[in-house]
Amino acid sequence: MRHTISVLVDNEFGVLSRVAGLFSGRGFNIESLCVAETQDPTVSRMTIVTSGDDQIIEQITKQLNKLINVIKVIDLTETEHIEREMVLLKVGTTSETRAEVLRIADIFRGRIVDVSPTSYTIEVTGDEEKIEAIMTLLKPFGIKELVRTGKVAIARSPKK
Amino acid sequence: MKRTGAQIFIEALLREGVKYIFGYPGGAVLPIYNELFDAPINHILVRHEQAAVHAADGYARASGKPGVVLVTSGPGATNTVTGIATAYMDSIPVVVFTGQVPTPLIGNDAFQEADIVGITRPCTKHNYLVKDVKDLARIIKEAFYIATSGRPGPVLVDLPKDVLTNSTEPRYPSEVKLRGYNPTYKGHPKQIEKALNLILRSRRPLIYAGGGVVLSGGSEELRAFAEKLNIPVTMTLMGLGGFPGTHPLSLGMLGMHGTYRANMAVTHCDCLIAIGSRFDDRVTGKIEEFAPHAKIVHVDIDPTSISKNVQVDIPIVGDVKLVLRDFLRLMEGRDLSHYHKELEEWHQQIEEWKRAHRMAYQQKMRGKIKPQYVVEKIYELTRGDAIITTEVGQNQMWAAQYYLFDKPRRFLTSGGLGTMGYGFPAAIGAQFAHPEMTVIDIAGDGSIQMNIQELATAVQYRLPVKVAILNNGFLGMVRQWQELFYDKRYSASCIQVAPDFVKLAQAYGAVGLRAMKPREVVPVIEKALSIKDRPVIMDFHVDREESVYPMVPAGAPLSKMLLV
Repeated sequence: MRHTISVLVDNEFGVLSRVAGLFSGRGFNIESLCVAETQDPTVSRMTIVTSGDDQIIEQITKQLNKLINVIKVIDLTETEHIEREMVLLKVGTTSETRAEVLRIADIFRGRIVDVSPTSYTIEVTGDEEKIEAIMTLLKPFGIKELVRTGKVAIARSPKK
Repeated sequence: MKRTGAQIFIEALLREGVKYIFGYPGGAVLPIYNELFDAPINHILVRHEQAAVHAADGYARASGKPGVVLVTSGPGATNTVTGIATAYMDSIPVVVFTGQVPTPLIGNDAFQEADIVGITRPCTKHNYLVKDVKDLARIIKEAFYIATSGRPGPVLVDLPKDVLTNSTEPRYPSEVKLRGYNPTYKGHPKQIEKALNLILRSRRPLIYAGGGVVLSGGSEELRAFAEKLNIPVTMTLMGLGGFPGTHPLSLGMLGMHGTYRANMAVTHCDCLIAIGSRFDDRVTGKIEEFAPHAKIVHVDIDPTSISKNVQVDIPIVGDVKLVLRDFLRLMEGRDLSHYHKELEEWHQQIEEWKRAHRMAYQQKMRGKIKPQYVVEKIYELTRGDAIITTEVGQNQMWAAQYYLFDKPRRFLTSGGLGTMGYGFPAAIGAQFAHPEMTVIDIAGDGSIQMNIQELATAVQYRLPVKVAILNNGFLGMVRQWQELFYDKRYSASCIQVAPDFVKLAQAYGAVGLRAMKPREVVPVIEKALSIKDRPVIMDFHVDREESVYPMVPAGAPLSKMLLV
């Protein structure tokens, strides 16, 4: 099963390679990885999407916790949380397809961020389902290039 | 007052109580060596950096204090890697200081530059590159703290040359604060209670004790725990000495070359109490058939060890010594005679297994020397009171089988990584920790040659370290596997050319002794034990094709032992 794990780490050089090395050295799988500074400049947050059975996920979280530079590990899959990913898509266009591509982008609240005579570059943000959906719809027009940020996620606050 | 990095380094080590540094100088660390020249710390000059780490590791295992290593950049640093990985696998506290090229040159492929922090990231508990002299005192403090706390392990600190020559007003922190590191020492009381209830409901319980018992200093507690409940104890290679080998409750070692009764007991027990052990493949054999009838209690300070290889019923994260104390407190004043009665059948069964197969060999006085005989005689003549180090392979297994350890920190061996060349430098380190004790490296003719150059170190410091070479002209364990599993095709396992070890010893200024016949074994050991001012090599020419038994073939269940 796929898990989204949020890891707070010391914002120091070498920490990323400790985490990445842990995954490669033990044969764990990384599907996506996002890292950036948090509101506290001494702390970075990594959002790691990984997969494995319960025993593997348990080992992953324990092994992450064991790293000296890891401050906190949260498996967000177990709690209510929000996930977002951004994708930039360069879609081939002709005078006939332009309007249609634009409409699809609109439906997904995508923005056209670059235009050329033969392509649109579209920016879309959303959860995985939404990203997959727009990709499917745009595929027939020819996706020339695509870049995804990987998932970021945050736990929902308690409502009371 | 401003101090240079090199001066801060010395002061920080003195504050950690460091008495010995095992090292080898070179360009990048010359500022430290210049300070060491008149510092009140003993620097032990080894002949190869790998040996420096093994010696520091042997010192740590024998003394319980962290071992310290100092080497130069580049090749000096890369040579330490095998020693670091050895210490890492066996959870030994060692702090390794490596020189590094000056910070402006890092990444430039400078002379004697190696990215040692990158190289050792997977085989250290933690490592540091010091970029600013202002951080040096704090990082050294942290390095020692991390190496010695929680599950111990090696820590490497990389020291660029300009950090050593730059100056600052040093501030030595009195304590360490790391937000990402906070080991759990005290076991959860509910879990301990649950575990005790489970144990008291069992009828065929077994304690499976590992290196964690030794590392936590919990041997006394383990003994009290086992005696109070009257539960038999089997030990891993790393656990030997953690429980007295001559104790009536001791079943000896389990696993690939464990005793028949220990492996049978694991296979039939209904409650397995794993204490400071990690279910290594050399212990479990085929994992699906390991302790198939048992509920498992697992006490370990490292949460990642728990439920890594086998699913555990009651995990207890904590320090072995403290957790066992909590168990004992819980049983205080309780009358367990009823429980003891319930275990009588189990003890009888174990006694039957013991009678059915004992570890044995036959020494004919007119025949060839049996390697087991050498180990047994060493055991007798040292009255079981020596520190024994080993290399890796047959020598290691025979030492584990035929030398019974009653005390912890007496058996030093590379259990996890299985490093040939470990035993001799480790013996040197152990001798520094215990100058008054007899220290013997039980070696093979193959592995002794992997760090033979340390004879010079032992002679220089007049260390009476003994090396007993079980010389069979083979890489014996490799040969044994080839005999059993590869149709006796002895590919590359026969050592066709070996030095004359007696002459070699003499060339270094050590003493060399040789035994060719069984009746020469005792006199050679006695002579060696009488020499107190220099190292001795004992060259025992043993039966060339003797094998280690019992043996569980790799991947087979423990119940499928090859017995001889």
